[in-house]
Amino acid sequence: MSVALSAQDITRALTRISHEILEKNQGSTNIVLLGIPTRGAHIATRISSIITSIEGTEVPTGTLDITLFRDDLRMRPPRAIMPTKIPTSGIEGKDVILVDDVLFSGRTIRAALDALGEIGRPRTVQLAALVDRGHRELPIKADFIGKNLPTSKNQSVKVLLSEIDGRDEVTIEEEAE
Amino acid sequence: MTTADFLIKGASLPDGKKADISISNGVIASVGSGFKGEAQTVIDGKDCLVLPGLVDLHTHLREPGREDAETVLSGSSAGVKGGFTAVSAMANTSPVADTAGVVEQVYRLGQEAGLLDVFPIGAVTEGLKGESLSEIGAMADSVARVRVFSDDGNCVSDPLVMRRALEYIKKFGGVIAQHAQDPRMTIGSQMNEGEISARLGLKGWPAVAEEAIIARDVLLADHVKSRLHICHLTTAGGVEIIRWAKARGIDVTAEVTPHHLLLTDDLASSYDPVYKVNPPLRTESDVHALREALADGTIDIVATDHAPHPTEAKECEWQEAAFGMLGLETALSIVQKTMIDTGLMNWVQVADRMSIAPARIGGYENHGQPLVVGSVANLVVINPTQKWTVDRDLVLSKSSNTPYHGHELPGVITHTFFKGKATYSNGIVSSTGGK
Amino acid sequence: MKHLLSISDLNKSEAISILDTATELARVSDGAVKKLPTLRGRTIVNLFAEDSTRTRISFEAAAKRLSADVINFSAKGSSLSKGESLKDTAMTLQAMGADAVVIRHPASGAAQRLADSEWMSGSVVNAGDGTHEHPSQALLDAFTIRKHLGMGGSDLAGLSVAIVGDILHSRVARSNVLLLSMLGAKVTLVAPPTLLPVGIHNWPATVSYDFDAVIPHVDVVMMLRVQQERMSDLFFPNAREYSRYFGLNAERMANMKSGAIVMHPGPMNRGLEISAEVADSARSVITEQVTNGVSVRMAILYVLLAGGALEVGSN
Repeated sequence: MSVALSAQDITRALTRISHEILEKNQGSTNIVLLGIPTRGAHIATRISSIITSIEGTEVPTGTLDITLFRDDLRMRPPRAIMPTKIPTSGIEGKDVILVDDVLFSGRTIRAALDALGEIGRPRTVQLAALVDRGHRELPIKADFIGKNLPTSKNQSVKVLLSEIDGRDEVTIEEEAE
Repeated sequence: MTTADFLIKGASLPDGKKADISISNGVIASVGSGFKGEAQTVIDGKDCLVLPGLVDLHTHLREPGREDAETVLSGSSAGVKGGFTAVSAMANTSPVADTAGVVEQVYRLGQEAGLLDVFPIGAVTEGLKGESLSEIGAMADSVARVRVFSDDGNCVSDPLVMRRALEYIKKFGGVIAQHAQDPRMTIGSQMNEGEISARLGLKGWPAVAEEAIIARDVLLADHVKSRLHICHLTTAGGVEIIRWAKARGIDVTAEVTPHHLLLTDDLASSYDPVYKVNPPLRTESDVHALREALADGTIDIVATDHAPHPTEAKECEWQEAAFGMLGLETALSIVQKTMIDTGLMNWVQVADRMSIAPARIGGYENHGQPLVVGSVANLVVINPTQKWTVDRDLVLSKSSNTPYHGHELPGVITHTFFKGKATYSNGIVSSTGGK
Repeated sequence: MKHLLSISDLNKSEAISILDTATELARVSDGAVKKLPTLRGRTIVNLFAEDSTRTRISFEAAAKRLSADVINFSAKGSSLSKGESLKDTAMTLQAMGADAVVIRHPASGAAQRLADSEWMSGSVVNAGDGTHEHPSQALLDAFTIRKHLGMGGSDLAGLSVAIVGDILHSRVARSNVLLLSMLGAKVTLVAPPTLLPVGIHNWPATVSYDFDAVIPHVDVVMMLRVQQERMSDLFFPNAREYSRYFGLNAERMANMKSGAIVMHPGPMNRGLEISAEVADSARSVITEQVTNGVSVRMAILYVLLAGGALEVGSN
């Protein structure tokens, strides 16, 4: 087991991502942050506070649970559905930034695109991920990445966040056979 | 010395004494140790027990009318496999056995099958409607010589009709066998009324609907000094009433089915209609009371209430299903399991409850005879040390509604003898019958 | 979990998870998303051998919102009414490829017979079998109670519920007694003695013949429909006497706790067990029960059909 990102690394990465979002979108006036539960939601909240501390404005922030849009539901027992909270200003014509902790096969983001499609029509959809571990199975790319972590398929990436797990850390572990 | 037809060597009698029994010309030729002589067929009776042939006072043979479920022949085959040498065919056939014509037909079918004695039971009332008496005299005087009268399936619920029936059969030396079920309290009833029925949402059949009729009928039998028999007793309360009546010298006898000695109403929880029966399976404490009563003689006999039904009548929702279970082929094993193996009764008592007493109540003189020289050779040989597993696809009955499918039961019947001929022998029913 | 035949098929955490899933699905339905792809490609058959518009439409809406294909098989005019057996009907549905059958049937135990048989291989959802159970109704009732009175908690601990009416013949009562007590509520059954089952003493509920004594102490009054036929079957003398002792009218409603709500599984006999004034009052959540029914039924279908079976050897 090795530590890929320490708590400080995570903070720096999220600060950088926040600046990149503002740069690409020329400010925060039209953006909506939607975190994918569980950990993506907490990361979105952090990015939202960082942007507020830079720009001085509140950014509409919510969560988007994609369980019901997954394409692999039948392979496991039914999963619990997490909350979906779309900010009251909606997503119509907005620049929606999806936020997730780990980008891997891309299927979660595909499901998120489907979910967004049922809600409305954003102007753009962008993706911020704390970690990109490669091995994409669909043509999905992140716009904002905390860290690129090349991994092999039999490794697993664990993201710990203080809001849930008591501390901030990203580790890589070998999967047991 | 002539050669005996059969020799059963080294088996035990009901009291445990070992004996060789030989059969010749339809009767028991010798009983004792060390048989000297020849026999056509020698049966190794090691570990086996010889009982007088079983007598069932309550069987549904379904013919005439429901030959899709059973016929006199298939029912007779099931009977001999179960060790029976006589069965009493209940009258709720189609047409109902309420005339000399129908009872003689059933009697004749039994003779043709030739595997055991079929004694037709005559209906108490015309069409089982409970309104007017059937031709009891004509049935009694017919070739079938009916002595047991029953509307089983239905209760003779009108007290005046029951009184008249009890009085009338005195002329013919008969007995009324009552199916005790107050019809007004059991309209649409599906199973025993209690905790289980409350939970399952099935309409209850309260114990009091049986007890109230028994109480009334023992008092009527006492008042007109006639003979009463209570079919398929299922309730602890009913047992108490019979005990009270007998203590007062009232001429009442009672029967219990093998399934009511073993099975309880919680089996309905699966909603599998194989457990649907009338009267219904009841509670643990009822089973307990029935076993005690059979052991102490308050209940006189075991009777199967063998009730075959075709598959479609049981392969449906509970409330659509027919009431009834098979019983002939498993009766002795169930009695061994519930009464012998639990130490509540011994084999002498089983011989009484399943052969001697039913023969006496029905007036069947050739049955239930003592195992002595000269008695008619109606016998059953059983190995109580062996076990067998019930398979509903292998029953000899035409129907397969047995509640014991897959159960392992004690006691394997090896041979049944009817009038000195082997009607059942190591798994095979004789094809030539008693002829 | 393959079938939902009875509340006793669920443990407490499974029941709560259905309620939580329904909460999320309700939010989804209220919001912009009207249709979810979750059960796309699945076929759900509504096998309604007993008349019921309300429940059937509710299950149909639930299935369609999850993008399942729905086939309706109702009693009138179908082969069932022409005497086709349950077995043959089930085998026909199997041949049609039904992934799940939602069954309402007049015989108690019909849903279990279907599930236990080898006639078909899909999931069975009991939408009301005879006088036995109606699990989805109990779940939507619990959902409604939790929404109004749950104070954010996951279960119903600390709440008390009175169920009033023909308990003997009520599948709604049986399912509710099991579920409400499982979730920690205290249940009181109120009925004339003739409409209470004999074997009730083991139920996790108290029994009272006195509606007026119970009313001021409960948070929920759940009224059950009383059928007209019960009068000719000698369960009580007439409608007037029934209403006088067991009907929920304005006077009784005035004695309810502040904040207590009135529920009814429908259809109502206005004037018999419940007065029009009460049915239309602010305390009544009766129409909301119907709305909640769709979300709860979506949750049930999701839990039964969306996941795959556990693979052998996995934990």
